[in-house]
Amino acid sequence: MPDASSKESPQNGYEIIIQPSRGWLRINWRELWEYRDLLRILVRRDFLAKYKQTVLGPLWFVIQPLLTALVMSIAFNRIGGVDTGRIPDIIFNLCALLPWSYFSQNVTTGAATFTANSHLFGKVYFPRLVVPAAASISNMFALALQFIVFVAFYLYYAFSGADIHMGASVLLIIPLMLLTGILSLGVSLLIAASTAKYRDLSHLTPVLLQLWMFASPVFYPMAKMEHHPSFSWLCWANPMAPIVEATRDILLSGGAWATPQMPQMLVTSALTAILALIFGVAAFNRAERTVVDSV
Amino acid sequence: MTAVHTQRPIVEIQDVSKRYRIGSQDSSTLGGLLRRALGRRDTTPAMDLGARTGDLPGTFWSIRDFNLSVERGEIIGLIGRNGAGKSTLLKLISRITEPTKGTIRLRGRIASLLEVGTGFHPELTGRENIFLNGAILGMKRWEIQAKFDEIVEFAEVGSFLDTPVKRYSSGMFVRLAFAVAAHLEPEILLIDEVLAVGDAGFQQKCLGKMNDVANRTGRTIFFVSHNLGAIRSLCTRAVLIEDGTAKMSGPPEDVITHYLSTTQTGGGGVPGRLAWSDAEAPATNELRLQSLTLTNVRGEVSALFDAAEPVRVELCYRVLQPIRGGRMLIAVYTSDGELAFVATDHQLHEAVISPGDYRTTITIPGGILNRRAYAVTPSCDAPGHRHILTSGPYLPFTVGGTPNHLSQFPERWPGAVCPRVETKLEAIPNAK
Repeated sequence: MPDASSKESPQNGYEIIIQPSRGWLRINWRELWEYRDLLRILVRRDFLAKYKQTVLGPLWFVIQPLLTALVMSIAFNRIGGVDTGRIPDIIFNLCALLPWSYFSQNVTTGAATFTANSHLFGKVYFPRLVVPAAASISNMFALALQFIVFVAFYLYYAFSGADIHMGASVLLIIPLMLLTGILSLGVSLLIAASTAKYRDLSHLTPVLLQLWMFASPVFYPMAKMEHHPSFSWLCWANPMAPIVEATRDILLSGGAWATPQMPQMLVTSALTAILALIFGVAAFNRAERTVVDSV
Repeated sequence: MTAVHTQRPIVEIQDVSKRYRIGSQDSSTLGGLLRRALGRRDTTPAMDLGARTGDLPGTFWSIRDFNLSVERGEIIGLIGRNGAGKSTLLKLISRITEPTKGTIRLRGRIASLLEVGTGFHPELTGRENIFLNGAILGMKRWEIQAKFDEIVEFAEVGSFLDTPVKRYSSGMFVRLAFAVAAHLEPEILLIDEVLAVGDAGFQQKCLGKMNDVANRTGRTIFFVSHNLGAIRSLCTRAVLIEDGTAKMSGPPEDVITHYLSTTQTGGGGVPGRLAWSDAEAPATNELRLQSLTLTNVRGEVSALFDAAEPVRVELCYRVLQPIRGGRMLIAVYTSDGELAFVATDHQLHEAVISPGDYRTTITIPGGILNRRAYAVTPSCDAPGHRHILTSGPYLPFTVGGTPNHLSQFPERWPGAVCPRVETKLEAIPNAK
């Protein structure tokens, strides 16, 4: 089935040509730049709208991961007996939840791009990519809030004598979170594009995320996975695995890699993330052209 | 901009076609995909789409080989029956969806106003929504800032500016939404039935604003509406769309006349009667029209009347949900789209119209209409509040026979109506 794309003619900025084409990866950067104000406003809207609806407001950005950390500490570490070594289990989990909740938030909101905005997409044109991009930026604010909570817990545990420490390597957290952002955007665009075609896939997204969470060393140290006879490949195949573990190494162990192969794993993860983003954008671009005809 | 721009048409639509799927979107779920992979056929009943049947099974052409060239400053009115392809055309021009074939060239910034309030967020304040909506419609922040006061003034929401719009009355909501859109300054503006908003006073204001925008700055406007009166008074050119192609293009009066004279009679092809099945009836979730019938003094369904005799207009409809403060309107247009008059049953309705079947009958007394072609169209609204069903299907009829005027000359008598007036002639004696 022929697909369609629009492009601006290079010699003349005022001419927009709308015609069907078979472009695979055609991003109109200039147009995206034109819509930067929309991006900014959507980021603001996502954030404002989320907390205006609730009594506790922005506190929810904090309470949810906190409760998850607590529940998982009880289930995994206290009852399940998973050993977190010298690091207290609550801060162990809370730390890993920083990249993980950012990732899962991004994937959840990004995957629903077409379904949640069908009324908007059916009425007015703008580069659709702005919506998931805005969502992943506004989720970054939630991440920042969560980070503040983490720091509070960190200080509490550090002063009560737990063996945790940060060093100059703490700055690595920034590229690490950017990597998480890129990966999650890529994954969410892939899911968004496939749900545009097959709507029932949207039911699978939460299950997929849960599976992915357990396949990442969020509530257990990566060593468990690395030394497992049949699951060690996951350290390489799951791009979130080294990110989660590295976050913990940086924020709780002063940047000492628990796994000697961590740098290589991170490079693999980054390459996977870039591939996911490229394929995600391409699939999203294809889907956005005619998505309003079917959703 | 170069000189080339002023010479070339601002919008050029060349051989554009758009194919849609019909019936069940079976392949859009994994289940459907599996069923198809297993070789089980979709069992969508075949629809008779005539020439618009698609080249692939289960598809049809909403727009077929459409061509149109529009010059800068033109106000184009798109008219045609429901499903003719008007809205699809606007969707293609506004890039919401893309053509299956053909090319559209736009030589200017475009903005569409396919529904006011697009992207309004109920939790955000009026102020925040102005910026949000403006940005969605493609305005830059500085543009919105520059026009902010004007928008607020136009919308008449002053003191509620910092209240979440979910607390707005529907009238305020619509006024604010339209105000933002009306202050867009694109070179090409697409409007779809947007005048179905607010009360009559605000509508007048909107029409004025549209006219103003078009006249002052030479903007190009595409206007889709069932309101032939608005098309006639606002547009410089009308395009009649039938079966997905541009059937006729020219001065609004001519195109409207042609449109009204060829409007299909429906309901078994009886002139003077339109009847719809539930599926194709003009409807909202509150109201569904069933039939519109014209009968003469002998009780016969007809589309031909004597100017001296009454015309009875019967509108049958089903109210699906209680409608507060609602009323039915029957508008009589001349064949060139000029509004002759409107009648309503407002006083006869309860404060809340409860669900059920109703028939509203108006009788136009003999000795009112001119000898010419007319069309009646029904609509429903809650005055001062909102439109419920905008004017849609037009039922044409012709008045002839005994003239109501006293002219002896067999001329075409001017005027939308020609009431029988009392005429007296006296010679005044020469008083000196």
